[in-house]
Amino acid sequence: MVLPQFEYIAASSLEEACKLLLEHDGKAKVMAGATDLIPPMRDKVFTAEYVIDLKKIPGLDELSYDEKEGLKIGALTTLRTLEHSPLVKEKNPAVAYAAKVIASTQIRAKGTLVGNICNASPSNDSAPNLLAQGAKVNVQGVDGTRVIPIEEFFLGVRRTALKPGEIVTSVVIPPLAEDEKAAYMKFAVRKAMDLAIIGVAAKIKMKDGVCTDARVALGAVAVTPILAPAAAAELIGKKLTDEVIDKAAEAAMNSCSPISDIRASKEYRKEMVRVFTKRAVKQCLEQY
Amino acid sequence: MHKSMINLTINGDEVDAVVKDNLTLLDFLRDQLGLTGTKKGCEEGECGACTVLLDGLPVNSCCTLAVECNGREVTTIEGLARNGQLTPLQRQFIDKWALQCGYCTPGMIMSATALLNTNHHPTELEIREAIEGNLCRCTGYAKIVEAIQAAAAEMNWEEA
Repeated sequence: MVLPQFEYIAASSLEEACKLLLEHDGKAKVMAGATDLIPPMRDKVFTAEYVIDLKKIPGLDELSYDEKEGLKIGALTTLRTLEHSPLVKEKNPAVAYAAKVIASTQIRAKGTLVGNICNASPSNDSAPNLLAQGAKVNVQGVDGTRVIPIEEFFLGVRRTALKPGEIVTSVVIPPLAEDEKAAYMKFAVRKAMDLAIIGVAAKIKMKDGVCTDARVALGAVAVTPILAPAAAAELIGKKLTDEVIDKAAEAAMNSCSPISDIRASKEYRKEMVRVFTKRAVKQCLEQY
Repeated sequence: MHKSMINLTINGDEVDAVVKDNLTLLDFLRDQLGLTGTKKGCEEGECGACTVLLDGLPVNSCCTLAVECNGREVTTIEGLARNGQLTPLQRQFIDKWALQCGYCTPGMIMSATALLNTNHHPTELEIREAIEGNLCRCTGYAKIVEAIQAAAAEMNWEEA
């Protein structure tokens, strides 16, 4: 089937890309890997008169780690790169894992983490880690740059806090300290080419056997990926016994109201949030 | 109708072409260049029948624009055999009966070629992960995995 017509523009600088995006606001789409752009355009989920490709813009494929700033993932850094990078596996294995469980080898060779969050599917596998670990989203607009905390980035299904003419240039995930561990667990029926029924990410900080800080994030249970502060509150200040973890898992379950769809019923999703929150916290603990 | 001039390398040959901006790499290969070895299946990145190598990495050519490949290198199933000589992987697909209807085969072979190019000693799990984006509705995958294992063993034997 032929794609609807559009004009393709390979922007050579961020400034040019932002200007074009603003000029053609509502009629232009930004392209990186294109794997989540071409199928919906073919299905007429959305249309675009202009497709602005970022791939010729130098420097956007950055992947670096700084002891203070953390892991910086550029807009063009592919999921395949994240999955295989020794740096990511060492500094933030949960991020490498979340990249690996997305779609297929072919999709990951082109698709990017930044594209994954910009498309803002409620079930996207990249967001829970970013929420649990308090990532920052670096944005370039026509008038300059700004930083959006990931907690404020998702507004709805396929809707983000990006304003007309704005492009995400990178995502920065703060470094995990010695006493901090993180994990992401995806629950899906198939090992490949499947969306998450639910996803749970956790980050915990332990001092002398007591949890001093925690964050739990959930995917595919609301219109956006969400944090579950009630679950984290059950963990903080306590020794993480099975009983405490059970209570946190229950709180996670009670803090979401997912929908029923082709993948699972609302009730099943809630139950699985309970099970996988437990597993995610335990997987963090196993890393100490 | 928006069109662009592109210059790319396909199976080792430099190609200049004028393409419509909305033309996928898949349709460019099949309809404009006549390289019909690359198959069209789902057209939404699910089945892997259209897998080609883009700068050495396996991608779905249905989810790639032709114009996006300007300046890049594409390898299709037609680019594997040299002087009529099949690659060990292609021959093992025949020897091990790793195909029935054959529609998924070019995509399977491209995914497996990408794997063997970087990993000469893949485990069974690594093989299954490499073809996770390639659907086969006939074989049940067992013979495909065997063929890839046999090709890897043959390459290792050649290295020794």
